[in-house]
Formats: sequence, structure tokens, C-alpha cells
Amino acid sequence: MNQRTPVRLPLALWAGVTALLLVAPTLVVIPLSFTERRSFSFPIEGWSLQWYERFFTDPRWYGALGTSIAVAIGAALVATVAGTLAAIALDRARLRYGWLIRALLLLPVVVPQIVAAVAIFGTYLGWGISGTPLGLLLAHIVLAIPFVVIPVSTALQSFDPTLERAAAVLGAGGWGRFWQVQLPLISPGVITGFVFAFVTSLDEVVIAYFLQTPTLRSLPVQMYSSVTVETDPTIAVASSLMLVFSTIVILLPRFFAARRRRLLKAKETP
Amino acid sequence: MHTSARWSALLLAPAVLLVAICFVVPIGSIVLRSFTEPELGLATYERLFADPTTLRVLGRTLLVALGAVGLCLLFGYPYAYLMTLVGPDMRAVLMVLVLVPFWTSLMARTFAWVSLLQRDGPVSALLAFAGVPGVTLLGTAAGVMIGMVQILLPYMVLTLSTTLSRIDRGLLTAAQSLGANRYRTFFQVYLPLSLPGVFAGSALVFILALGFYITPQLLGSPRESLIAQVIGVRVERLVDFAGAGGLSLIVLLTTALCLAAAVLAFRPVRAMLGQGGDRR
Repeated sequence: MNQRTPVRLPLALWAGVTALLLVAPTLVVIPLSFTERRSFSFPIEGWSLQWYERFFTDPRWYGALGTSIAVAIGAALVATVAGTLAAIALDRARLRYGWLIRALLLLPVVVPQIVAAVAIFGTYLGWGISGTPLGLLLAHIVLAIPFVVIPVSTALQSFDPTLERAAAVLGAGGWGRFWQVQLPLISPGVITGFVFAFVTSLDEVVIAYFLQTPTLRSLPVQMYSSVTVETDPTIAVASSLMLVFSTIVILLPRFFAARRRRLLKAKETP
Repeated sequence: MHTSARWSALLLAPAVLLVAICFVVPIGSIVLRSFTEPELGLATYERLFADPTTLRVLGRTLLVALGAVGLCLLFGYPYAYLMTLVGPDMRAVLMVLVLVPFWTSLMARTFAWVSLLQRDGPVSALLAFAGVPGVTLLGTAAGVMIGMVQILLPYMVLTLSTTLSRIDRGLLTAAQSLGANRYRTFFQVYLPLSLPGVFAGSALVFILALGFYITPQLLGSPRESLIAQVIGVRVERLVDFAGAGGLSLIVLLTTALCLAAAVLAFRPVRAMLGQGGDRR
């Protein structure tokens, strides 16, 4: 019954093509960032670091990087706190309209970004916060909340409630149970949520584009403007940095989780 | 162990208020503006549908989204199927290959396609080598679709692999022992069992494809714009929030319809929304 079905060659080849389509195209930005000429043409004839120098000396570029990182950290922090608290409440209380609240909190992933962008732009304009750091921060917090609620809810579902009962029997109060029992156990979900929230904000273009001013431009918006108006390989530098940076941010928690699992296993088997 | 209702309301308040005030209110108000500006009524919709470009753009958007769904199935189904056949290590590798581009910067990827698809770029050279010289895909619907498929493929593969991994392969052995050949086993047993995943993945890809803005802006041509671009132009150039709101409502309704279909077709989506009854 359990014999392994042999993988036929055409299937393997087609999957190989698919994997290539998924991963390879993006990698061209890395060699392109070291080009000598002011063009995006291939093959690259001479190599230089001039575009990296330009990225870190031109305030339009490094300023945009600073804006992006500051907004992403702020948005991820607020979204993580708000999203985690909401996920805990949704998990504990059997609320009659719990599913409705959950759907509301997940709404920002479902609504097309362009609809969200023009709507937010129109309303924030009226509130006088379009083009301000506060406006961009609020928009990114909201966009990031679903990315916290989903992994924290998943972590809570695998949390054994008897552990909390045991802590209560042993005399731990509500706060003690939360800080010393529940939070450490769901922390992988919270960390995943924070990372997803951070990357979501860092990468967001459309809303940031509509809320921009000449002084408030995130890195993706600067990249977008650059590619529409000029042929400037500095965008390849920005792309490469984003690529390397978000890959590290995403893979780091996985790496630590895998190492912890290995350590735990080593402890269990003497 | 009951947390009082007041406690849970307090815990929910920050997230719910943030999403309600900073997200739902703006969307509600732009949709409302389509019915109230310049005066109460359906004038905005009469205006939108009197303009022949609206329907043409809508039709083109639906076609491009359907094309993206087709291409995602073409690449994603065999890939997800392969994931069910290989061992755990290889499956992890295939999973990472899907997940890594999932989280790499959208702008970086779109810019990569701009440089690949440009006139006399690598893709043109490849096509010329294959015997089709002088083709530039940048600025065409085909170029837009290629860029979209790379971004959307992970959603299709992840949804499909959930369904395919649950199919009991014993059924295939049973079918074959009853005399069905490989093709008949696939088309009469495996494919029907995988259809919920196909529907859910297709609905998800279709919904996401409707909203694409950056990819068609940079890889497409302004003469072949999609609905998202027209919404953008309404606000950016024409300062026509009512018109943008009307078009937004059309997109939102289409999205909601597809989402409802996907939820019906695919129970895990419902479980994710917290309606699954078998928790703990």
C-alpha cells in the first residue's frame, strides 16, 4: 500500500522549470547592482561599487531606507501588541460574534491594496494626516495586524489549557499565568507575527505611494519613482539590499527554532 | 477559568478600534462617496458605465486574472503534486523554494522583471535563440502576466499542496487493481479529489490578481490598463473620489463573491477564520 510512486522525469523537469521561475528571476538584481554602466543591460561588461556609494551618499536613497525601517519597526511593534492581545481574547472567550471580529481583523489582507490605498488617502487627507509619518504608520499597523493574528492564533490553538490550570492551582495569579506560562509558550507565534508585520510594512508600496510627500518617502516608493522616471542602477542596489535583508529577517527565527528543537531533542534522548 | 467579557473586550479594543477607524471607515467612506457625490443617487455609476473604457478595462482585468489563474495551475499543480511524492527532506526544499520568493520584496521582483523583459533584454535574447526574434514583452499583457504569475504562484502551490497531501493514495492503488490505467486513475479518481484545492487556489489567485497595481504599472502599457490602474488614475490625476469609490465597490463585490465561493469549496479557509468546531 505504501509503496512510493516513482517520480517520472517530465514531472521532475517541469517542477524544476517552475522552481526556476519562482526563484531565479529576482536574483538578476544582484549582478546588476555591480554594473559599471548607467544602464540595465546584459551582459554586464564592467564591475563597480559606484551605485552602492551613491545609495549611501544620496539622501533620497538612504533617507528613504531610514524612513522605511523606522515605520516598519513602529508598525510591527504596535501591530504585534494589538494583534497578540486580540488573538488571546478571541481564543479564550467563546464570544458569540468572535468569528465576525476575526473576519474584521483579517479584512486588510483581503481588500485589494489599490482600493485600500485610495480610500485611506481620501480619508486621511480629510483628517490632515495624509503625508505625515503618523498616517503612514497607522496604515501600516492596520495592514500588519492580520499577519500577527494568524500565527498567534495558530500558536494558541496548540497551547494546552491544563498548563494554565496547573499554574493557577500552584498559586499563580492572572498576570503571573500570562507572563510566565502563556506568553513563553506562544512566543514563537508572536515572534513570527512580528517578523511578518515588519516585512509587510517594509515591502508595502501602494499605500505608501499615495500617502507620500517629497520629504516622506519609503524605500519601495523611492524605487518605484526611480524606475518610472530614469535609468538608474541605484535601484538594483536597493533591490539587492531589500532581498538580502528580508531573507535574513525571515529565515533567522526559523533557524533559531530549528536549533532549539534540536537542543530539546538532544536533552530528551540521553 | 472564565475571563470576563469586560476583560476580553479590553484585550480586543486596540486591534478592533485600529482596524475599524483606520481601515473600515476609509473604505466605507469612499464607497459612500460614490453614492453621494455630486448628489445622492446612482449618477456615478451611470457615468462609469456610460464610458466604454470602463467595461473594456473590466473585461481585460477579468481576462488577465483568468490567464494568471490558468498559468498558476499549469505550473503549480504538477509542482504541488511532486511535493506529495518526494521524501520529507526534498519536500522541505521544495517548500522553501516556494516560500522564499513569497517574502522577497515586491519592488525588487518587479524591477527584476523590468530588466529581464526590456527591449533587447535576456528574455528577448532567449526567445530569439528559440527562433522567435524581435519580441519585447515589456509593455505587453503577456509581460504583466509573467510578472503576476511569479508573485501568485506561491499562493496556488501552498493551497494545492494542503489538499493534495490529504488524498489517500490507497484509492489510486485500488482503482488500478480494479483495472483502470494511469490516465483513467488520474482523471476519474485523483483529479476529482483535488478539485476543492483547485477551486480554492484559483479563487485566491483570481482575487489577488484583480487588485494588482504595481506590476501592470511597471510591466504593462498605459493603453492596456487594468482596473486597479484606472482606480489609481481617477484619484491621482482626476481627483475623482466618487468614480474611484464606484470602481472600488465593483472590485470589492467581485472579491467577496470569489471569497464566498472559496470558503464554500475549501473548509480549511473556514477553519483559519476560527469557525472550525474541532479545536482542542
